[in-house]
Amino acid sequence: MYFTGIDIGSTCAKLAVMDEEKRLILKHVQPTGWSSVDTAASIYDRMKSRGIDLEESVCVATGYGRISVPYADKTVTEITCHGKGAVWIHDCKTGMVIDIGGQDTKVIRLENGQVKDFVMNDKCSAGTGRFLEVMANSMALSPDQLCALAASGGGVTISSMCTVFAESEVISLIGRGEKRENIAYAVAESIVNKVVSLASRLSTGEGPVCLTGGLCECDYIRKILGEKLRCGVIASPEGRYAGAIGAALTAAEYGMRKRGK
Amino acid sequence: MEIIKDLPEVFQEFAEQRRNSFLAVKKIKEEGIPVVGAYCTYFPQEIAMAAGAATVGLCSTSDETIGEAEKDLPRNLCPLIKSSYGFAKTDKCPFFYFSDVVVGETTCDGKKKMYEYMSEFKDVFLMELPNTQGEEALKLWKSEVIRFKEYLEEKFQTEITEEKLREAVKLQNAVRRSMKSLYQVMKHDPAPVKGYDLFKVLYGSTFKFNKEVIPAEMEAIAKKIEEEYAAGKMEEKRPRILITGCPIGGATEKVIAAVEDNGGIVTAFENCTGAKTYDRLVDEDAEDIYQAIAERYLSVGCSVMAPNPNRFELLGRMIEEYKIDGVVEMTLSACHTYNLETRKVRKFVTEEKHIPYMSVETDYSREDIGQLNTRIAAFLEML
Repeated sequence: MYFTGIDIGSTCAKLAVMDEEKRLILKHVQPTGWSSVDTAASIYDRMKSRGIDLEESVCVATGYGRISVPYADKTVTEITCHGKGAVWIHDCKTGMVIDIGGQDTKVIRLENGQVKDFVMNDKCSAGTGRFLEVMANSMALSPDQLCALAASGGGVTISSMCTVFAESEVISLIGRGEKRENIAYAVAESIVNKVVSLASRLSTGEGPVCLTGGLCECDYIRKILGEKLRCGVIASPEGRYAGAIGAALTAAEYGMRKRGK
Repeated sequence: MEIIKDLPEVFQEFAEQRRNSFLAVKKIKEEGIPVVGAYCTYFPQEIAMAAGAATVGLCSTSDETIGEAEKDLPRNLCPLIKSSYGFAKTDKCPFFYFSDVVVGETTCDGKKKMYEYMSEFKDVFLMELPNTQGEEALKLWKSEVIRFKEYLEEKFQTEITEEKLREAVKLQNAVRRSMKSLYQVMKHDPAPVKGYDLFKVLYGSTFKFNKEVIPAEMEAIAKKIEEEYAAGKMEEKRPRILITGCPIGGATEKVIAAVEDNGGIVTAFENCTGAKTYDRLVDEDAEDIYQAIAERYLSVGCSVMAPNPNRFELLGRMIEEYKIDGVVEMTLSACHTYNLETRKVRKFVTEEKHIPYMSVETDYSREDIGQLNTRIAAFLEML
């Protein structure tokens, strides 16, 4: 019996497969592309080619494309999944999870392994991965390159919260001959400030802050996030798969419950 | 009174009540009965009733005319104000069209400026509503109630006698009591019916012009629900949600649907469609009936009041009485007073009542249905 979690986000689709001992035996990430239905089908093929028989597994889908996975036994929201995933990855039952996703940024408060409260960005892409992507594009960088460059920059700020206006600010900074690392610094500051203001809406509590989602391997983002939140921020390369891992764990609970019946 | 129809049929009928009343309002006008339109729970209905007028709520609930409204009003204004103004200006709302006068109150900044513009093409009677609830405020509000009475007497060439007014108070109290007896069926756990069905009746009933029939009808529906409940007909046990915040109706019913489609059940409405409108009665035996009316209406716990203790009193009471598992607050985008008050409501619900709280900000569009569903589903998964 396998437990599979599929997290179809706005930018990337993630897969996590666990065995009966809740060991992560397969993980995979691919761009979501324009059709989440096609993406779900391609993930299906990948699992098949790796010998994972869906007849012999329980599958839970999450993420904004969760309804596009026809072979899922159940759908659960990404908030619950990121919470569960972070608990598993970091073995921390109480703390805060920050997930900077493609179109949504979520801040989740965990207590005893359960989601206690959460906030998400509203109809605005400030402080999301998309914001970073757009700015990186306009500077001919990848998001990872931008984050790496930001560490050596300083002295510049971007004031627009709106991605479209912020992009024209970046373009005029480029036109003015501002150094690339300084602009990168300003972009990173803008994202982290927005995330921190979102996090401040949740009551502070005990435990560490775990960074999950696509930016979890970005050391610089993690560092300044910690400085601004005045606490340590932990991250793991598996953080990118937190949603999918949480979905796989939900599949395990669901499978056990069904079997119990 | 005995309800012969099945409950689903009754709920459906109320869902269509607003539309059906479009014809009714025309008929009323043809019979020579004046119509007073209003936008707010602060509107003292009894005065208009005593003047022999029919009353109707004008708050618009769809985004159909927002584009038209934005020619005159700023974009970043609450959708309720924009939509209401848009329907008025384009004459697309039959209730507005047939209203002899529209009554506004100085509630929020957006509304009071909007009334100013509206009065360019419609008779608008603007009542000065204080934004505090103390003694001086009550004096002012009472004088406004009396000024409104004098205005209607002049406008409709009629006399609002003490006797007629006391009759109106008695009738409106009977309506309030019956509405309350209906929504109180939701105290049962598991709930007897879906919150969305209850909502249809609460909302639809406000568009009934013949108020005399409402008490018996509501009591009969409540009785039928109770009987079926006793016979074992009920909803599944699900997390019990209280909805608070801005008025809900039309486009914003998407919030009720999001709760009930994702595994919750709405057992209480602490907003203008629900308890806020019906919870308090006017003191029928008061020596000074104007004083009693003014007191009753000024005590409505809307976020335009600062501070706003009555909202928290009602909210706290309902959380207990309806055994609420979580509170969902719906605010309309750019509704400053409700959006500001979310902080206090969150603190009250989580720190004093120790249950989870979430607020969602929305408008009259359909574009955020996906986001709303994700947030509300996650909230329900948390409970």
